[in-house]
Amino acid sequence: MTATLGRFLILASVLVSTTGAFIAYAAGAKRSPQGLKWSQRFAYAFAGLMVLATGVMEYALITHDFSVQYVAHVGSTQVPLWVTIVSLWSSLEGSILFWGFILGIYIAGTTWVNRNQHQEYMPFAIGTWLSCGAFFSFLIAGPANPFLSVSPVPLDGPGPNPLLQNHLLMIIHPPMLYLGYVGMTIPFGFAAAALLRGRLGQSFLRPLRASLLLPWVFLTIAIMLGGWWAYEVLGWGGYWAWDPVENASLLPWLTATAALHSAIVMERRGVLKGWTVTLIQASFLLTILGTFMTRSGVFNSVHSFTQSSIGPTILVFLAAILLFSVVLLALRIDSLESEGRIESAVSREGMFLVNNLFFVVFTFTVLVGTVFPLVVEAVKGKQMSVGRPYFDAMVVPVGTALLFLLGVGPALPWGKVSRKEMLRALLPPLITGAIVLIIGYVLGVRNAWTLVTLLFGGYAAHVTFAQMWLPLRQRLKKGDSFAPALIDTQLRRGRRRFGGYVVHAGAVIVFVAIAVSSTMRTQEEVTLTRGQSTTFAGYTVTFLGTEERTEPHRQSTIARFNISKNGQPVTTMEPRMNQYAAMREPVGTPAVHSTIGRDYYLSIMNIQGDQVGLLIINMPMVGWIWGAVLLMGAGGLIALIPMRRRTYVVVPESAPAIDDEAIA
Amino acid sequence: MTEPTASDAMRRKTRLFMIGAFAAAIAAFLVIAYGGISKNLVYYWTPTDLHAAGNKAYGATIRLGGMVAPHSVKGRNGVSGLEFDVKDATGIVHVKSSGVPPQMFRENIGVVVEGTMTRSGYFQCNRLMVSHNNEYRAPKAGHAVNKDELQKLMKSTEGLKD
Repeated sequence: MTATLGRFLILASVLVSTTGAFIAYAAGAKRSPQGLKWSQRFAYAFAGLMVLATGVMEYALITHDFSVQYVAHVGSTQVPLWVTIVSLWSSLEGSILFWGFILGIYIAGTTWVNRNQHQEYMPFAIGTWLSCGAFFSFLIAGPANPFLSVSPVPLDGPGPNPLLQNHLLMIIHPPMLYLGYVGMTIPFGFAAAALLRGRLGQSFLRPLRASLLLPWVFLTIAIMLGGWWAYEVLGWGGYWAWDPVENASLLPWLTATAALHSAIVMERRGVLKGWTVTLIQASFLLTILGTFMTRSGVFNSVHSFTQSSIGPTILVFLAAILLFSVVLLALRIDSLESEGRIESAVSREGMFLVNNLFFVVFTFTVLVGTVFPLVVEAVKGKQMSVGRPYFDAMVVPVGTALLFLLGVGPALPWGKVSRKEMLRALLPPLITGAIVLIIGYVLGVRNAWTLVTLLFGGYAAHVTFAQMWLPLRQRLKKGDSFAPALIDTQLRRGRRRFGGYVVHAGAVIVFVAIAVSSTMRTQEEVTLTRGQSTTFAGYTVTFLGTEERTEPHRQSTIARFNISKNGQPVTTMEPRMNQYAAMREPVGTPAVHSTIGRDYYLSIMNIQGDQVGLLIINMPMVGWIWGAVLLMGAGGLIALIPMRRRTYVVVPESAPAIDDEAIA
Repeated sequence: MTEPTASDAMRRKTRLFMIGAFAAAIAAFLVIAYGGISKNLVYYWTPTDLHAAGNKAYGATIRLGGMVAPHSVKGRNGVSGLEFDVKDATGIVHVKSSGVPPQMFRENIGVVVEGTMTRSGYFQCNRLMVSHNNEYRAPKAGHAVNKDELQKLMKSTEGLKD
């Protein structure tokens, strides 16, 4: 019954999205207001069907209706309720349904927000979104159908992958990632609309940019949560290993970040329109490529659930949108005419260009390293992978260059710059950079790249901080009183600018924390018998013994360690080894003791009687990464909150740097 | 745009220059990336593949997949000095490992070891991973090593990290 209802809803959504897409494109071609109204209704209908179908699936999961194939596959009466609820995205079919759910909400929301605006673009945008909706409906209806019936109906199911039951981050990481990934469909639709219409006017830049910034915020946080999950669950004591699933999430983030920057130049100078549109299309293509890599089973990981047949289908979709984008660009890019030009290389806009260049190089570096093994396997049938040293060697210089630009770019004024102006803008932050460098050296940093990162980081921090509060300082100089000037410059009129610099501040911390945590990390593997101690990185670890704990879905062996420093007890740490029903391999859960400066990390390799094989890791500054990425997300949200409507004009050449609004 | 023609010619020249510079940059990038990749490839081999590779095996990073040969494990409980043989149907390789082995490690189980082949004739293992599957399957009694499972393990991205 439930299964039938679900299948019906999905078939209806195939029909609605396909019809809606045709109507929308026709309405765009004929410029028919009536057609636009109808395409909006179809967009809402598609969203409604997706939400209902997802609701039906959740109902089946919560009521343990094992006659539905997906529930029989991932459900279990033994697991806690929260696991049952999040089981929606714990395996292939459900996760594609969840994709459709998010896509529906995005499409309906964006259509609603712009229901009375941008009428010349909206039909094409809705048409493009619904075409993507049609593809995913088809995927859910066919190759990845979660609503198939099972007969005979099993009494219980195995529950989702134990690795996914092991940490609460499972509740939040996948939805964040989907909100980021799926959200890239919206700017893609807008970009396609601009190309199809053959125009990208100033007024349309705002929705384009906002639609890109929102998924960017989600994707930023999702990437961090994925790293944090790996760190907290997988027990190898790191957060990033350049493995394909991580790269898949990073690639669209890189191009989207580049696009957010080039959009600012587009808004200020009226140039780089075709380029920005290309980057937006690339971001969407990379999300689909990422979905192919993680979901098709070409790479084995916790993200590739089963040998599935959706790989080829996604590949066909990828080819189709690639063709669509390239043809559209080739035919229409000339119609997105430049309204200005870039005058000087050493200027704010010049630095934006270099920034874009480095982001693109970064993207290609990661893309080539990730896809190379797939190509070799397809062509030669040999299996291999690209080792981590490749990524480290290639990305560290590019990342350092980006950090350098993060400092120098915002310090430079727009337009032509005189030599004197340039020196006055660029020299003072060097002092802060030098101070940070010296502090790092005194604290024991010796790695050359890390020292360079500290220098550039201090420089960028100085510039970011100065720029962040510059409008306020100017207002105070003019004699305004503090509180109104503060609210106006940072939270009202200058909110986008302020938000952008908050993102930059977070990014500076992330750069430094990554450099320090990856180069200053130390680790040791030891075997301890009960009562035995070892001293590592300033702490003495004493193995107190083990304790068994039985829960409905798992059995855990908890090892207890006393941590002390100079004889003074600090804390007790309890890493554990969990044995899940129906799974041979036990899954460890590491224990982390975080302080402001560093993490002390214990992970059990094995337990035998009174002996425990233990991995101890000392990792400085790692906690700063999580916090700083949240700061970046907060900055993005600040910049997103809509302002009272203002029109932007292309600024004259001599505009000073100080009244720039657009930095995010 | 309403620009004078002289400036148009200039712009065309600048444009050509830009395109040339861009092409050169792309070429340079590809050369560097290809060099970087070919130096850092990790090969997924069975003991038989390893023997077949001959001299190519020395120095390369290899993920070797096979079964832990019966009665070959020495130094089980020590931190360092774990030794065992990894074998498949037609080949066998002696492996030395310095880490603490994972909980499930034992004889007759599928393993993937990552490391390099030394000229002294043994495989120096830096990472050791035991074959298991993300999908749930009741443990089979005396299960033989499943080739697909090993293949998956070699491609696996979780757990095989330093």
